[in-house]
Amino acid sequence: MIRVELPMHLRTLARVDKEVQLEVEGKVTLRSVLDALEARYPMLMGTVRDHVTQQRRPFLRFFACAEDLSHQSLDETLPEAVVRGEEPLLIIGAIAGG
Amino acid sequence: MSGVRVLVGTRKGAFVLTSDGTRRNWQIDGPHFAGWEIYHVKGSPADPNRLYVSQTSGWFGQLIQRSNDGGKTWEIPSGEAPPTFPARASNKFVYDTSAETGKPLTTHQWYDGTQHPWEFKRVWHIEPALDDPDTAYAGVEDAAIFRTTDGGKSWQEIPGLRGHGTGPKWQPGAGGMCLHTIILNPKNPQQIFIAISAAGAFRTDDGGKTWKPINQGLRSQYIPDPTAEIGHCVHHVAMHPSRPGVLFMQKHWDVMRSDNGGDLWKEVSGNLPTDFGFVIDVHADQPETIYVVPIKSDSEHFPLDGKLRVYRSRAGGNEWEELSKGLPERDCYVNVLRDAMAVDKLDKCGVYFGTTGGQVYASADAGDTWTAIAQNLPAVLSVEVQTLS
Repeated sequence: MIRVELPMHLRTLARVDKEVQLEVEGKVTLRSVLDALEARYPMLMGTVRDHVTQQRRPFLRFFACAEDLSHQSLDETLPEAVVRGEEPLLIIGAIAGG
Repeated sequence: MSGVRVLVGTRKGAFVLTSDGTRRNWQIDGPHFAGWEIYHVKGSPADPNRLYVSQTSGWFGQLIQRSNDGGKTWEIPSGEAPPTFPARASNKFVYDTSAETGKPLTTHQWYDGTQHPWEFKRVWHIEPALDDPDTAYAGVEDAAIFRTTDGGKSWQEIPGLRGHGTGPKWQPGAGGMCLHTIILNPKNPQQIFIAISAAGAFRTDDGGKTWKPINQGLRSQYIPDPTAEIGHCVHHVAMHPSRPGVLFMQKHWDVMRSDNGGDLWKEVSGNLPTDFGFVIDVHADQPETIYVVPIKSDSEHFPLDGKLRVYRSRAGGNEWEELSKGLPERDCYVNVLRDAMAVDKLDKCGVYFGTTGGQVYASADAGDTWTAIAQNLPAVLSVEVQTLS
């Protein structure tokens, strides 16, 4: 199972706790994990990546195993610890000040 | 027993204020969607328990939610999830560029005069259809009009508006290039009025297939040709349902009136202390009684002299009276944004408006006296009212 940690507003929207667990078939990449996330929680479609461009929303970043994965290819395999379910993929929103 | 439900959109959530018909005691319910910008909440005239809300965020984009119980509970209208491709979703607003629908233009004018691609940002205004709770229109930024016929599960652009030819001249105002006003003619379902900042007002007479600019008579000194067909910063337009041909407009500067469905406008600012402002609305029973909230200027978005005042004209403009009883008399530097005024249909007509300072003011006597029915909300973006029987 792939573990994904969502920011607070998306947890509220999906009505889940901090972490969700997903079955991902085939190669475990950002794209396949986000596809699985949206299939399981359709209310999240368009909130992490833009509907049309499929690009990550600019105020969101992807982290795992203390690495910033935000700029890696959507089709690159995620770290082995994420694939094995030992570490979560973190979807993190930019901090708002003021 | 009659009652009133006031739907308030703010920078950090939505609030539902309710009262019985006396409008003396108010209950505040919320925040709904806490932490999200709520540009607009509006109920269906065909089913008052069906509400639509535009929920938006710089982080997570646009969401549309709806309620079937008058705002007690909310749901995201479920579209079609993957693996159905393309997935349909209630927050998917995709501009129509198909040849079949006229291949609308894909660029508009940017602040610097260059052409810029159309990019969806948010929904500013939702206008439910008059006769069907599952049909609603959405005015969006970058300016376009969309329609749902399945209760918000999916939205399709009405492409004739962007495709009619003047699109390359449209440009954003300071708040973005937003389609913020949608008015449905209750006597002619084929006729819709819309307004865009900063392009102007437009009308369709054939249900959205074709559109034309209706800006003749507007004069805007801040554009190169003050009487141009396109480029006017219209802030809001209002209509009384009994007289769909009569429109009232608060422009960037100037309060305007048209007696022929927008074909020609004339200025009715009259004795207003300043004719800059955002809101305008019409009394529920008196089609010639209109309300505005004068704001000092386009660079000073607060009331003149720090004194919050509504102005009322009982003559459809030109002659205005100050209404200030119950409103702050000094040190008030809030703004009242374009969708933040509404009226109820009770006797006497109730008038409501919200401020960027988080106050919602109500008058149960057509504006003669005012009371703050909410005082410490986040900045108010929109106010709508439902009169309940």
